[in-house]
Formats: sequence, structure tokens, C-alpha cells
Amino acid sequence: MTTAAVGARRIDVGKLLPQLIAPVVALVIAAAISSIALLISDKDPLVAFQHMYEFGTQPDQMVEILNKASELYIAAVAVAIGFKMGLFNIGVEGQSKVGAFFAGALASASFMDWMPGGLRIVLIVVVAMIVGAAWASIAALLKTQRGVSEVISTLMLNAIGGLVVTWLLNDHWGVTEPGAQIKTTGILPESSWMPGLPIISGTDQKVLGFFAIAVVLGAAYWFVINRTRFGFDLRATGHNPFAAVASGVNAKRMVITAMLISGAVAGLVNLPRMLGESHTYTEGFGGIGFTGIAVALLGRNHPIGMALGAILWGFLASSQIILDLDGIPKEIILIMQGVTVLSVVIAYELAARIGRRAQQRRVGVATATAAPVPAAVVEESK
Amino acid sequence: MSTDTMLSEAAQPAVKPRSRRMSTGTILLIIAGALVGLSLVHQLANAPDVTSQGAIQAALQAAVPLGLAGLGGLWAERAGVVNIGLEGQMILGTWFGAWGSLEFGPWIGLLIGILGGAVGGLVHAVATVTFGVDHIISGVAMTILAPGVVRYLSYITWGSAGATQSPQVVDQVPRISVPGINGLKGLEEHQWFLVSDVAGILRGLLHEVSLVTILAVLLIPLTAWLLWKTAFGLRVRSVGEDPHAAESLGLNVYRYKYYGVVISGAMAGLGGVYLSTVTSAIYREGQTGGRGYIGLAAMIFGNWRPGGLAVGASLFGYTDALQLRRGSESVHALLILVGALLLALAVWEFIRRNRLVAIASAVLGVLSYVLFFSVDKIPTAMVQAAPYITVLVVLALAAQRLRPPAADGKPYRRGG
Amino acid sequence: MTADPLAVELKGITKRFPGVVANSDVNLTVRKGTIHAIVGENGAGKSTLMKILYGMQPPDEGEILIEGAPVRFSSPQGAIKVGIGMVHQHFMLADNFTVMENVVLGAEKLHGIGARARAKIEEISTRYGLDVEPDTLVEDLGVGDRQRVEILKVLYRGARILILDEPTAVLVPQEVDELFGNLRELIREGLTVLFISHKLDEVRAVADDITVIRRGTTVASVKPDQVTARQLATLMVGSELPSPEARESTVTDVPVLVVRGLTVRGADGRPIVADASFTIHKGEVVGIAGVEGNGQAELAEAVMGMRASTGTVELDGVEIDGWDTRRRREAGLGYIPEDRHRQGLLLDAPLWENRILGHQTEPPNARGFLINVGGARRDTTRIVAEYDVRTPGIDVAAVALSGGNQQKLIVGREMSHQPKVLIAAHPTRGVDVGAQAAIWDHIRNARIAGMGVLLISADLDELIGLSDSLKVIYGGRLVADADPSTVTPEQLGVAMTGATGEEIAS
Repeated sequence: MTTAAVGARRIDVGKLLPQLIAPVVALVIAAAISSIALLISDKDPLVAFQHMYEFGTQPDQMVEILNKASELYIAAVAVAIGFKMGLFNIGVEGQSKVGAFFAGALASASFMDWMPGGLRIVLIVVVAMIVGAAWASIAALLKTQRGVSEVISTLMLNAIGGLVVTWLLNDHWGVTEPGAQIKTTGILPESSWMPGLPIISGTDQKVLGFFAIAVVLGAAYWFVINRTRFGFDLRATGHNPFAAVASGVNAKRMVITAMLISGAVAGLVNLPRMLGESHTYTEGFGGIGFTGIAVALLGRNHPIGMALGAILWGFLASSQIILDLDGIPKEIILIMQGVTVLSVVIAYELAARIGRRAQQRRVGVATATAAPVPAAVVEESK
Repeated sequence: MSTDTMLSEAAQPAVKPRSRRMSTGTILLIIAGALVGLSLVHQLANAPDVTSQGAIQAALQAAVPLGLAGLGGLWAERAGVVNIGLEGQMILGTWFGAWGSLEFGPWIGLLIGILGGAVGGLVHAVATVTFGVDHIISGVAMTILAPGVVRYLSYITWGSAGATQSPQVVDQVPRISVPGINGLKGLEEHQWFLVSDVAGILRGLLHEVSLVTILAVLLIPLTAWLLWKTAFGLRVRSVGEDPHAAESLGLNVYRYKYYGVVISGAMAGLGGVYLSTVTSAIYREGQTGGRGYIGLAAMIFGNWRPGGLAVGASLFGYTDALQLRRGSESVHALLILVGALLLALAVWEFIRRNRLVAIASAVLGVLSYVLFFSVDKIPTAMVQAAPYITVLVVLALAAQRLRPPAADGKPYRRGG
Repeated sequence: MTADPLAVELKGITKRFPGVVANSDVNLTVRKGTIHAIVGENGAGKSTLMKILYGMQPPDEGEILIEGAPVRFSSPQGAIKVGIGMVHQHFMLADNFTVMENVVLGAEKLHGIGARARAKIEEISTRYGLDVEPDTLVEDLGVGDRQRVEILKVLYRGARILILDEPTAVLVPQEVDELFGNLRELIREGLTVLFISHKLDEVRAVADDITVIRRGTTVASVKPDQVTARQLATLMVGSELPSPEARESTVTDVPVLVVRGLTVRGADGRPIVADASFTIHKGEVVGIAGVEGNGQAELAEAVMGMRASTGTVELDGVEIDGWDTRRRREAGLGYIPEDRHRQGLLLDAPLWENRILGHQTEPPNARGFLINVGGARRDTTRIVAEYDVRTPGIDVAAVALSGGNQQKLIVGREMSHQPKVLIAAHPTRGVDVGAQAAIWDHIRNARIAGMGVLLISADLDELIGLSDSLKVIYGGRLVADADPSTVTPEQLGVAMTGATGEEIAS
């Protein structure tokens, strides 16, 4: 019997469609629930949504949305690398802080003055990745050597990492720039500022230079996951860890490798702002790592899905300003985001179930025509 | 599906470890040992706050929310659902507890806080049990949703000035003391070896104790009784061990999973109320500070048993409370004890030919002493990090002979 | 005979699943106080039918009568109420619970969960000779004990009608005899037993009546003394049963897999596999017989490098100790795992990705460190055609295929890399007759081409028919050798319980 499709891959609409509808449904639910919340506090949700839209489509705001989305996207990719294999790196937050702090502190240390600006940017990127990976490696080793759940350990490491950075910044390496209130790791020389990208017309504002790196990162992520042996092993482990082990995947090595890569990417999360906006590390950095989890869930670990998720989140975050100006509680955004995440994970699960059932039915029908009797499971051997 | 299963089941032999259970004698011995150790530290490093009434009271108050979160974890995981949304349910508890106390007085407030947590548990149950969402993912979603909800509620209840905190809660649940317990104060002030320490600890545990604390402590044996001595508990545990077996006997597995997870949320909610109305008298954003996760760690440390999680919660609670009272000195002094324990563990593990653990604990032990002798005070940030570091070290060094419920964290579908 | 009171009567039962009809127009009458066997091959719809009778699935059409009265169940609770009890093929026991906890679960109202329940369990145990101890942990029990706990569980609930789903599949012949003794005890007390099986000799030995199911419908009702096993088989399959005969020997004297002193230890240090030594030659099938849980799974995993072990393993003259699973696979070890859903497939991934699994580094799946999507897809299409995997395409998820087709894909995948040695654990478990015959053919053909096979199976006929030499594993040790041309299943069964010495007499 040779009904199998040869050659080009056929797109399975029955399977794909529910996956595309799911996030839309989730968004509608989120909008509905936030509308109810707004109505309770006597605000017109339609007005709020309209203002959000008008505000978010102004060129200035679009730049800010893309900036925000760049950071979130990097964080989401870091999270997704773990998620793809069923490894929950909840520690992107801590890894990103520690990575950016050490990179910033080293790059603006006085003994680094000799270094040319471009090279210094490279140094910052490399150090942030190494430190992020090193911080993640603690959780990886605790898991592989001692069986400690990475969920617990990365959460603890987030808290510890934050406190270590605070301590080093305030008591040791931090400097207070003239006229400033807070401690920083010191402003980088101007030659090490990453130039912005003038890609939005109608405004003088430039998109952070790291936007380009985020795009490249997304492409690299897609390629590694879908086209390399490592990516296959990673996905196989996520699908069925036992089958992966039987297929020759080294479970411990896989956990360590995935965690290190995830941590290295996490190290980049704060760099868009650090290199293109603040030019130094401050205590103000943080929160993006945790939000990155939401974006990864929203985009279902898919490079394009996460990009859309990051832009949506950037849009929602930046529209808080206009809501506040309009006297609408900006906190409504948080509810919207929370409900979206929760309903989207449920919607995806339902979609997967519907897709699976549709396919089973299709296969049942297709093989039933091969065997003349209703109970398709029984077939003549010749 | 998590990679935990892959590492444990595929790489390790099929024989399953037995759950360890300590006899009463062993437990008493450990308590006595801890007492002597703390007394020694008190004397050697002249650090009275290691066992002072204030420190012990603070430790008890810190341990209670952890223990409640741990109980929350226990109820859910015994029913086979991993609930890392405990943190989110605790957050709901802090807000609703404070709001309820302000509006209706402390007791109703307590109830509203518990309900808030239970609703959080219900949402987690809907996602994981009914819709089969991965438990960790739903838990994360819960911790993203909960802070957003309470921020909005704060804003519409207390206005923009109160978006991150509530007005002062004046009316608290009463505190009671064992009559005459304050008479021990004199003894404590003498700084006698052991005697003063016992006096301090007793006064810490029995003087000015909130009724909620007593309620929380009673929940430990109550949970043990419910889960292990009643038909209801048998059913809840059965859906966590083997839901298909339970289903084949006509049980509605979904229903018992719902019970477990909703009770779990209620426990976490009570932990939250405790933070906002007993430990302090105000709701503040970020008040939970990861205590839901530490509670979960306490439960893992306690091998999914109420008694064990109480020990874990006490240990983590003690380290958490240190920062409140001259923590830099106390933590510094405690390094003596920590170092000694780690070195003893190193020797023990070395004899048992567990080289990796032996080396790791020896290195950590030596580091403790190096730190002790090189500085006089531990930086505040490190004191604040103490509970988190303790969790990591304890989980890493504890014997990995843990036995979670067999179907813990696994999705279940009826008839599947 | 029509005057006999009926315990169960099914009329026109039909059940459809998405795309397939599992049962159509099933009719069944079971006399009270008898053992009634329901036979049919894998996938014929026996289990679905029993699930319907036990209330786990509602029928789409038809009527169920219990002791003359029509019933309709929405859950097993309803079936339990009218006195139906079920002993599942896969035991439904929580390992970390005691026997008593397992028994009283869901029936706490009957005798509580304490002393009264314990007394009741002991009473039932004595009355039916079940020999069950209420306070032991289930994980400490052997297979036969667990089955008796299952039986006790349904008796405790006052069941008058017992359904046993393939109860002998996991038992050795001696345990089967004990079970039949227990069953006869039950019908003497007036209970009714429904016995599902596809082992025809057993069915003829124990049943009072036999109903045959084929392709989801009842095709015949016969008396055991009026049919031969061969006639039954023909009724069951609709044609002659295939046999796993290996025919002429292809064994060479070139060793291809040499295992010496292989030992696998458990967490407590006790050996799960102890000092196992054997040699497989090119063109030889070495069968491992043993009651499940005696170390055969661990033996296979140790040879595959999935489990830490001591001792040496030599593949085609090269020592492969210390090699990880991937390197061993690349060196020519093929693997058909015992549980294909757990270890053999990515159920939610398309067939072509499942074709890559286990051979991620080899052509046509890989090119350097990259996955060769085109190569893998083309080769999947070839496997689907050559190994007769019934599927509408290679982009469907593995989960959508029937068990037999999934297994054919796995066999095709492993064979496509010309393994020097194939480790085949239960290669035909739970597949239909057609697929079973095809898989046997593939193994035979590869053997002719010089492949060595380590065959682990619970099906003694398969072992005897396919193997060139047999070894018996008991308590982790290879305790006996047997010659498949002379040994009988009964003799093997005795050895599997650890009762004999070196060579099985024949």
C-alpha cells in the first residue's frame, strides 16, 4: 500500500488551524475579562482599547514597543530552549541580571581603558553570556548530580543572584555618577554605545541596535531546533524522555548543554538597554526574565510565535502610559497579560487535543478503506 | 513531561527507595542535638540572638507561612498535581486577607484570605486537571496572573496611592501566652549554657502566640490524620499514586484531584493571610518574596510527609528570621555550627563511599570556617540570601532517597 | 440448556471510535456459575467489549442484561453495584499502597478502612484460598500475588460476575494452573467468570463455554469439547494462524555479540542482573525466557548502554564497554524496546521524525551535524511501503497509527540500518496477527543475512518457534539452557520459576 505522501511536505490544515485559532481565542477572552474589570471600576473598555491602539501606532511608540520586544524576545528564546526539552529554566531572570552586571562592571573597569569601543561591545556580549551560562550551570549540576528540581533551584538562584548583584553594586563596585542618585557600574565610553537603527519612519527615535541581534538570534534558534541533530535530540527529549534515552540521547549531557545555552542567551537579555540606552548597569534592570516565560508560553516556543508575543507584550506594556494619562487604571494591563497567558496555555492544550483527534479520525478512515471490514485494526497480511 | 523522570528512572536502577520514617527517639535526639549545638554557638561566639526569645518568635512566625505553603504543596502533590502556583495563591491570600481584615475584622479576613487562595487553587485545577495543561506551565501562568489581579484590586480599592500597599490593619487576631511563661525572662538573661537557651526558646514559642499560629501548627497533624487515616485521604492519595487504579474502582479521579488542589490553594492562602495580618499588619506588594517556592522545597525536603515538611519549614524559617534581629552577627556565629555539620556529613558520606557529596560538603564546611575567621559580620545581602542558600544546600546534600507520589505531575485523562 | 439462568446477556452492542468501529452487533449469553471464555486475536475488540460491560465506556447501540434485568452504566460504579467486577490485564494496583489500602479504596463504606476491613479481607482470602496478607506493600508482591489481590478486590465488593482480561498473559504455566484452581473455587461458590484470552489451549482447558470474536463482532459460540484448537484458531482469525517456525538453521560459528559476566545493580546494591554470560553468533537467534521482572528488561538496557553495568560486552570483536547508547547503536546494535509507546516512539511527532529516532547521526537522516530532512522523508516513504505500514502519509503523528503499524515502523527503522545484532524485546506484543507474521518474517530474513538476534519475549511459542537457542533468566541469573527443537512450553515454564538445574531435560 503506497498512499504515503512523497516529496514535499503537506501542510496539515486540520492540525495547524486549531493551533492558530488558539491564541486569538485567548486574546478575546483576555479582552473580555479586562473589559469586565474596567466596567466594574466605571471605565469604558472601548475607549480604553481605542486609546491604546491610537497610542501604540504612533511612530515614537512603535520604536519603544520594538525596544521592549527585543529584550522580551531574547528572554523568551532563552526560556524556550529549555521548554523544548521539558526543562523549566525559571532562572532567566537571575541569569540575565548576573550576566549583565558582571559584563558591565568589567567593561567599565579602569583597567579596561585601553580597549577600543567595538571590541568592548564584543567583550560585554561574550562575558554576559559566559556569566549567564555559569549561573545556570549551578542549577544544571544540582539537577544532574543531585536530582534537585531545576524549578526550585533556579527560583532560589534568582533570589540569590539578585542579592549578590545588589551587594556588589552598593557595597563594592558601584559608582555614583555626578548628579545621579543611584549606583551604577559606571557609564561606558561613548565609543562602546551601540548605535540605534532608524527603521521606523516618522520619528527621530531609533530602535535599539540589539534589535538586529534579536532577529538573528531568532533565526539561529529556528535553525538549531529544526535542522540540527542537537535540536532533534532536544525536541525528542521534550516529546518523550524515555524514548530519547533509548535513541542514544545522553540525558545528563542534554540537561547541562541545554541549560548552558539557555543561560548564555539569558545573559543577553539586559544588553539591548545597557548597550543602547543606559550605557551602564543599574538596579533598575530586572523583571524581563520572568516576563520572558510568558512570551515563550504565548508563542509556544516557536520563533515567529514568540516574536508576535513579544511585540504584543511590548505594546501592552507601553500603553500603560496613555491609560494613566486618561485616568484609566494602568494596572488593567497586568490583568490582561495574566489572563492571556493562562487562557492561551489552556487554549493550546485544547487545540492540540482537537488536532490529535482529527488526525486519528483521518487515519482511521484512510486505513479503513484499505481493510474492507469496519474494525480497521484487523487486517489481512496479504 | 519533565526531565526529572528521565534522569531518575532511566538512568537509575528499577528498585525504588523506601520512604524513610524516623522514630520518635531519633527525632528527640535530633532536637536535643540541635539545642546543644545552638547553645555552644551562643557561648562560643557570644551571639545571644541565636536562641533569644525574639529570634525564636521571629523564627516561628517565619516558619508558619513556609509550613502552610508546604502543606499546600503536600495536598496538591499527594493528589498528583504539582502546584508551583503556590506563590500566586499566597499572593492572593495576602491581599484578600488584608482587605477582609480591614473591612470585616480579623476572623472574617482570615476566611476571605483562605478563600482567595482556594480560588487560585481552583483556577490551577481547571487548567491542569480539566484541560490537562502541564502543571509547571499552569503554575507559572498563575504566578504571572496573581500579582496583576491584586495590583488592580489594590488600585480600585485603595486608589493610586495604595496601588502597592494597604492601609494599616489595626484589628488583629488575638495573641495568647502560657501563664507565667514570662517568668523565664530572668533565666534567659543570665546567659547560662543551655539553660538560658531553653528559656529563650520556650518563651519564644509560648509567649504572645497568635491564635492563627496555633491553628497553623495544628494543621500539620490534622493533615496527617486526614490523608492517612480517613477514607477521604485514601482517595486523595490514590489519585496521586495511581489514578487509573482509582478510576477502575469507580472513583471520580478529577473530583479528588480538584479537592487536593483547592485545599492546596486554601493552605497557601492562609499562609498569605498570615504574612499580611499576623507577621505584619499591612499588605505590601512582593510580601511573599518567594515563600511559596521555599515552602515547596520544605515539602520536598520532608519527603512529601507532614512531619518532614514541618522540620523543613522550621529550618528554612529559622534562617529567614535571622535577618530580622542582628542577622549579620547571628549568621556569622552560626557558621560554626554549619561548618561542623557539613564536615560531619562529609565524614559520614565518605564512609558510605559517596565521594561527590563528601567532597562537596567538605569544601562547603571549610568555606564556612574560612568565612567565619576572615570576617566579623556577614553582609546584609548574604543574610537575606541565607534561606535561599540553605534551601539549595539542603536539597543538594540531603539523601536523594525521596519518594514522591508515583503519578505526581503526570497528566491524567479519563479512560486513557 | 436455555433453561439455565443467565448471568450476562448482551444484545446488539455497537461501539464506534473516531474513524473505526470497535464493536458491531455483539451478542453474548453467559450462564450463571460457569467460566465463559471470550477469545479473539489482538485488536478484535474483546477489551472494548469488556470495558463496555464494566461501565468504562458507554455503548453506542445495544442492550446489556444482568441476571435478566436491563442495565445502563455511566461509570464502573454502576457495574460494581450490580455485582460486576473486573481484573484488568495491566494490574490496577498502587505500588506504594498496602494490599488493604488497594482493596478498600472506593469501597470504604462497606467495612471501613480499619480493623473490620482487615478481618473481612482475611476472611475472603481464607474462603477462596487466595493467600493474601492485608498489610504488605504491593510493590513487594510477585505477579501471581498481585493477581490474587485483584481478584480479592472484586470479591470484597461483593462481585458475582468476574471479568478477567487476559489473566494468563503474565503468568508462567504453573501459576496459570493455580489461577484456574482459584477460578474453579469461585464458580463452585456460584460466581460467574468471564475469561478473555487468545491462548486457545488454556481456554479449552478451563472454560465451560466459548464465544469467538472477530473484527469486532461475535462470530461463534462453541463448547470446548466440541472444537479443536485449530478449529478455534480458524474461527478466530478467519484463516490459518501463522506459526513462528524458524525453519532451517542459519547459525554460523562466528560470534557477533559476546557478553561476559554482565551485572546490573539496583539502588540498594542488590544485583538485578547477575553475572550473565552468553554468545550470539552471526545468523543466530538467542531467546531469553523468563517471568517478567526477572532482569530481562535490565539485561537488554545494559547491552544497549542505557543502564550502568559491570562485565564486558563485545560486538563483532570490539569491546564496547563504556560506550554510550549512541555509539553502540552506530556500531551496529538495533533495538526494539519492550514498550514502544514509552521507549520506541515520539507519539506526537510525525512518522518521518520517528524514523530518525535512534539513528539521529546516521545517513540518510543526518548530514554532518545537520538533520537531512529530505533524506529522512524519502526513506520513511520507502519503509512505509516496504514494511507495509498502513498510513495515509508520513506527516501523520505516530499516535494515530494502530499498534501493529507502529511496530512495523519501528522494525523497519531498525532493520534499515543493517544491525549486526538486534535486541528485540517483545517484538510482537499487542500487535495483530498480520503484523505479527510480517515481523517474524523480517527477523527471519535478517537472520539469514547474518544478523544476530537477542529475543526477549513472554510468548513461549514465539520464543520456541523463532530461537536457535534458549536461555532461562530467573532472579537476574541465566539459570538454564534449552534446545528449542525439543523443549516444551511446560518445561520452559518450570525452569522460569527457578526450579531446574543447568540443562533442561527433554
